[in-house]
Amino acid sequence: MQRVDVFPTHEHQGHKLRPGKPFPFGATLAPGGVNFSVYSSHATSCTLVLFDKDAPEPKVEIPFPDEFRIGNVYSMIVFDLDIESLEYGYRFDGPWDPQAGHRFDKSKILMDPYAKAIGGRDVWGQPPDWDNIYQHRARLVYDDFDWDDDRPLEIPLEDLVIYEMHVRSFTKHESSGVRFPGVFAGIREKIPYLKELGVNCIELLPIYEFDEFEHSREDPKTGRQLVGNYWGYSTLGFFAPKAGYAATGKLGMQVDEFKALVKELHRNNIEVFLDVVFNHTAEGNEHGPYISLKGIDNKTYYMLTPEGYYFNFSGTGNTLNCNNPVVRNMVLDCLRYWASEYHIDGFRFDLASILGRDPWGAPLSNPPLLESLAFDPVLAKCKLIAEAWDAGGLYQVGSFPAYGRWAEWNGKYRDSIRKFLKGEMGVIGEMAQRLQASPDLYATRGATASINFITAHDGFTLNDLVSYNEKHNEANGEDNRDGTNDNDSWNCGWEGPTDDPGINALRMRQMKNAMTMLLVSQGVPMILMGDEMGRTQYGNNNTYCHDNELNWQDWTLLEKNAELFRYVKTMLAFRHAHHALRNRWHLTGTDTVGSGYADITWHGTQAWNADWSGTSRILAFMLCGKHAHGGQREDDYIYVAMNMHWESHWFELPGLPKGTQWHAAANTGAPPPEDIWQPGTEPLLENQAGILVGDRSVVVLVGK
Amino acid sequence: MEVSQRTEGEVEVIAISGEIDGSTAPAAQSQILSVAKSDAKILIDMSQVHYMSSAGLRMLLVVYRTVSGQGGKVVLTGLSQDLEDTMSLTGFLDFFDHFESVDAGLAAFN
Repeated sequence: MQRVDVFPTHEHQGHKLRPGKPFPFGATLAPGGVNFSVYSSHATSCTLVLFDKDAPEPKVEIPFPDEFRIGNVYSMIVFDLDIESLEYGYRFDGPWDPQAGHRFDKSKILMDPYAKAIGGRDVWGQPPDWDNIYQHRARLVYDDFDWDDDRPLEIPLEDLVIYEMHVRSFTKHESSGVRFPGVFAGIREKIPYLKELGVNCIELLPIYEFDEFEHSREDPKTGRQLVGNYWGYSTLGFFAPKAGYAATGKLGMQVDEFKALVKELHRNNIEVFLDVVFNHTAEGNEHGPYISLKGIDNKTYYMLTPEGYYFNFSGTGNTLNCNNPVVRNMVLDCLRYWASEYHIDGFRFDLASILGRDPWGAPLSNPPLLESLAFDPVLAKCKLIAEAWDAGGLYQVGSFPAYGRWAEWNGKYRDSIRKFLKGEMGVIGEMAQRLQASPDLYATRGATASINFITAHDGFTLNDLVSYNEKHNEANGEDNRDGTNDNDSWNCGWEGPTDDPGINALRMRQMKNAMTMLLVSQGVPMILMGDEMGRTQYGNNNTYCHDNELNWQDWTLLEKNAELFRYVKTMLAFRHAHHALRNRWHLTGTDTVGSGYADITWHGTQAWNADWSGTSRILAFMLCGKHAHGGQREDDYIYVAMNMHWESHWFELPGLPKGTQWHAAANTGAPPPEDIWQPGTEPLLENQAGILVGDRSVVVLVGK
Repeated sequence: MEVSQRTEGEVEVIAISGEIDGSTAPAAQSQILSVAKSDAKILIDMSQVHYMSSAGLRMLLVVYRTVSGQGGKVVLTGLSQDLEDTMSLTGFLDFFDHFESVDAGLAAFN
């Protein structure tokens, strides 16, 4: 039977109209037409502006009749539109009163905050027409992807190994050998590589539509073009994947291409996390452009000072007003959309502490947005990970409001491991915490609250961590002022690349040491793209502005550093083979299953006697396999000896139960191929009483 | 866009020529589905299609879902490299057997 609401009731310049439905916000396919719905609490009127695709001028502007507004929501159905060739925007009229927070300007055409696809930057790096009156254009999509039986994988968090990567950087380099470099499809071609490495989750730097040209500038010294927003942490629209990240973006098919990637990754048992940036937008401060929110409802969407200026807790000009109820709902709608329409498995929230500030910037004890996300029914199985600090001085590692759901990027893990790795004294106590998923920080939250990482996109790569004492950011065009100075790095004796075989051997060992510590720690490990093959940024610890070899993965390193790659993938296999390394809850240091051993015990050069002194650079621990997963799984005994001293030491080994013996799983001090053994092939140790651990080396044993 | 149809043994051979987009996809769909009786064997010759929009991809998938839902089978032939890439990148190709020539497509039904 035909529905009544397929009949138009109004007309404007030949376009047939009817009052729309306020929900859902955005542009939605309706019988015979499109339902446009947009909100503003302070506007006085709204006009829908329709364009043919890429046309310089609108084809029609349709003011919302008064009777089409319900509350503060303007909604309208326009019939007979070809949704494939349509672009739309809005004009809003209202007060110009910056002090009161209002910046309405009806001369601007504004993008729908709920735009599901955005035109204007369809091909990465293709120079736009700067005279275009509507730069970033809302488009419609068919949300009808055929997922077959796919859904988010729901791999237990404790079993994940996360691989943090940038869509373009991963395959843009000519050495990647893919047919479609620098895009979603390129990642799809590299799935066999990810499988071989052994990661089961990729975390993508922002893929929401952004403008790679934002803040582009020339390096005043070299004349080299700098891409101000290469990483993509400045969002244009929260509901649209970046077209320039799709080989089919020029055809407007980025939505399908990204979904096809997610589906294929899921088929290969690899989860997909998105790095999401809800702390600010690309509209900058009062000098920034009008793109969307600023002209739609500035006072609602941004945190403003009493004088009407923009709070800048993000360090980028503005701060999204996340705990305003309307903005909060937008964030919720957005994440639900990505979880349900794109089957995204988890989200990492950039500068998440901002999401816990009230509209005036003060930290909330019970932030409604964080609580809503934690208890949302659609997001119930998604992983939620906070970068638990912001640029306004809030540092909440260990204290981020978690509601039993939230995990955190553990910045203290990074700092402690780096210090220990370079031989700093006085960190043994910290190390014991970090290796156990930081119960000092997450006592009640369990091991999976801790996302362990030594390197991430911010800062040095692993290769550079062991090759540079200082940052070398001259290429960023800011006289080396940008980027952190607190790197806790050590160059092993020479700043930068060297032919010295001794230094290179030490660097290789240090990278293996770092990867070993990361992969035998309780908690959830995260590896930075390329660290498994020694990717370098030539000492640059802040490569946000480079669309070149400083960021692109050079795949020839796979051969050059084959020794490292073999080690890392085998260590990943070791982690996957051992439940004892992947506990959900914290270890207790006691015997809870009657095995005669505590779940974790600490050792030094003497068994059962760790050196906790302030001058120690040595630590060893043993995990009792009978305690794996709180005693629910049977596993081997695992012993790890870490000697970060510059001399080798004899480590007395703790005795094993009768019938079990120590076998060598890894020894970073041994030359390949005896540096690591495939799980199941570990050779028996000749001397069961002790082992020599070389200078700055790590030994891993299995007792079975 | 034009659609022509002939029968080769048990196979309905449908040749499309021109562009398939939002304005032409509905007509193509209804013409193809008009021969989609149960257990239909349908070969769609795409060799004269040089452009297909999102709507075109969806039309093919609707045909696939309709025909396979009735116990039939759909095969594509003659995809240009561009079309094959587009369908592959967006995941649509996963649903179809595709062959270079109509003869090869016909052979696939036997």
